[in-house]
Amino acid sequence: MAGAIARWFNERAPGLAPMYRKHMTEYYAPKNFNVMYYFGSLAMLVLVNQILTGIFLAMFYKPSALEVFPGTSEAFASVYYIMRDVDWGWLIRYMHTTGASMFFVVVYLHMFRGLMYGSYKKPRELVWILGMLIFLVLMAEAFMGYVLPWGNMSFWGAKVIISLFGAIPVVGETLVHWIMGDFSPADATLNRFFSLHVVALPIVLLLLVVLHLAALHEVGSNNPDGVEIKKKKNEKGIPLDGIPFHPYYTVKDLFGVGMFLLICAFIIFFAPSMGGWFLEHDNYIPANHLVTPAAIKPVWYFTPFYAILRMIPFKLPGVLTMFGAIVLLFLTPWIDRGQVKSIRYRGTGYKVALTLFALSFISLGLVGAEVTAEAIPMIFGANADITSIENLFGRFWVLVYFGFFVFLWVYTYFGLEKTKPVPERVTTHD
Amino acid sequence: MANEVVDHGRRRFLTATTAVVGGAGVVAAAVPFIKSWEPSARAKAAGAPVVADISKVESGQMVRYGWRSVPVFVVNRTKEQVATLTTKDVESRLKDPNCDVTSQQPAYAKNPHRSIKPEWLVMIGICTHLGCVPDYKPKVGPEPFDPDWKSGFYCPCHKSRYDIAGRVYDGVPAPLNMVIPPYHFMDDTHIQIGVNPKGAS
Repeated sequence: MAGAIARWFNERAPGLAPMYRKHMTEYYAPKNFNVMYYFGSLAMLVLVNQILTGIFLAMFYKPSALEVFPGTSEAFASVYYIMRDVDWGWLIRYMHTTGASMFFVVVYLHMFRGLMYGSYKKPRELVWILGMLIFLVLMAEAFMGYVLPWGNMSFWGAKVIISLFGAIPVVGETLVHWIMGDFSPADATLNRFFSLHVVALPIVLLLLVVLHLAALHEVGSNNPDGVEIKKKKNEKGIPLDGIPFHPYYTVKDLFGVGMFLLICAFIIFFAPSMGGWFLEHDNYIPANHLVTPAAIKPVWYFTPFYAILRMIPFKLPGVLTMFGAIVLLFLTPWIDRGQVKSIRYRGTGYKVALTLFALSFISLGLVGAEVTAEAIPMIFGANADITSIENLFGRFWVLVYFGFFVFLWVYTYFGLEKTKPVPERVTTHD
Repeated sequence: MANEVVDHGRRRFLTATTAVVGGAGVVAAAVPFIKSWEPSARAKAAGAPVVADISKVESGQMVRYGWRSVPVFVVNRTKEQVATLTTKDVESRLKDPNCDVTSQQPAYAKNPHRSIKPEWLVMIGICTHLGCVPDYKPKVGPEPFDPDWKSGFYCPCHKSRYDIAGRVYDGVPAPLNMVIPPYHFMDDTHIQIGVNPKGAS
């Protein structure tokens, strides 16, 4: 019976089975993947979770900033309708909100993996660029999603982020009003963000994910040793150090999925707001366009970039520096001229630089999340000049962040890097 | 078909003209979609002038009014607050003490107190950095964010500071003085926000 069905399809669409083989059972991935190689498949899992839970949230949510009773919009009320009155609505919403944060957790680790093992280097530049585009769209998607509950942080976050475009000379203000569809974030803004969040951006995101994978499967996966497994093949043309993605890595990824879901379940059931890190306290208050929250800060995944914006004392340079931080990541394959991919065989300078880069990302995150502003009086006493100390600390790490790219170019362009010999094959082969 | 010769020039011409006409069509078709994002007629209508009754605003008190869905601060400044505006100490700390950036206030508010009547400040309470609403810090004396505070506005978002006329301090993220909207006194106790005084533009 199964054979008959397979035959039926094969006669009508002879390309299907070869495509399945190309991407699954005959896609040869290096056999030495370690724990850092879980995050690509986990990002896919979270994407599926976001789409599934998002479809159901859209069945109950109402994108309207019009007031249903004084001070509360229909959008805000509908979110609490989901939380309180819709059967299991709280679970679906918390799966979506936790998924949003976990998306960035796995994506940041996935990107860091790329930096560790040189996965952005030739011939995988296109894979990296497509991945960075996914990251950009994901940031837009997350930002617009955060606006939808129309809480006070939604409103002020939207206002601050959209105002960034006001820094553009001449057309800035017109552009801001065009994006908002009003003179301040309003019903029009909420409606278009809803449309972009649930229709436009997910389509773009899915397309980019398909292209990201297609580009990857053309060149093959990198690995922790950074050696090209396609260089050593057996008589059948199969890489000696490659194993079929299915069943070997599907099974391995399933184990990762299990561990990952365990962590997610803990968050969803015991700490859905993560103490204000995943869902900010000020967003439990309806949007109020006359009162700003005591501290406007984005959700944790934007805080490193937000800190860069804050640490630059002028508006346009601040905005440009912030976007520059992302542009440099796009350009990494061309900034790094080193031939050795994996950190295992790279010079000590690269190891130190990458560690500092990771530290700068975390430190800037703490600055952006106002953690440092709260910690300074505890460390330096109540009379400490918070602004100066924070600026000093933050600007130091901004320099480290950008210094990483400068160092990387100088270090590799002028041949200062002392690398170790790269093995012919992955180190764990039999 | 056999003896036909391909006319490459003709083919190129047809391809180019088709592309140009098609491109123009795409651009024309995009216009309504792009225009649809502009503030709608309803949003523009909501920007009508607002009347503020100031008869019950005490000296030193600030009241907020919503106009075009932005907060407008109306402050009844004390003599002490007004006096700080012309001191050398304050002026030396400002980015634009003489209000030379004309987009930030109407001509009739281009003076040290940035208002029609010295004690009454009418100002859009939006930080010129990223659009937060600054806090009103009326006290003349030390504050946690400034040991030598001369009364004014402090933005909690990115720590920009303004004097009590909304003029921005030097060395903070905000680039400009806060905006003074068009307004005029209808009588001694009523201000209309959104309309210039008669004869002024």
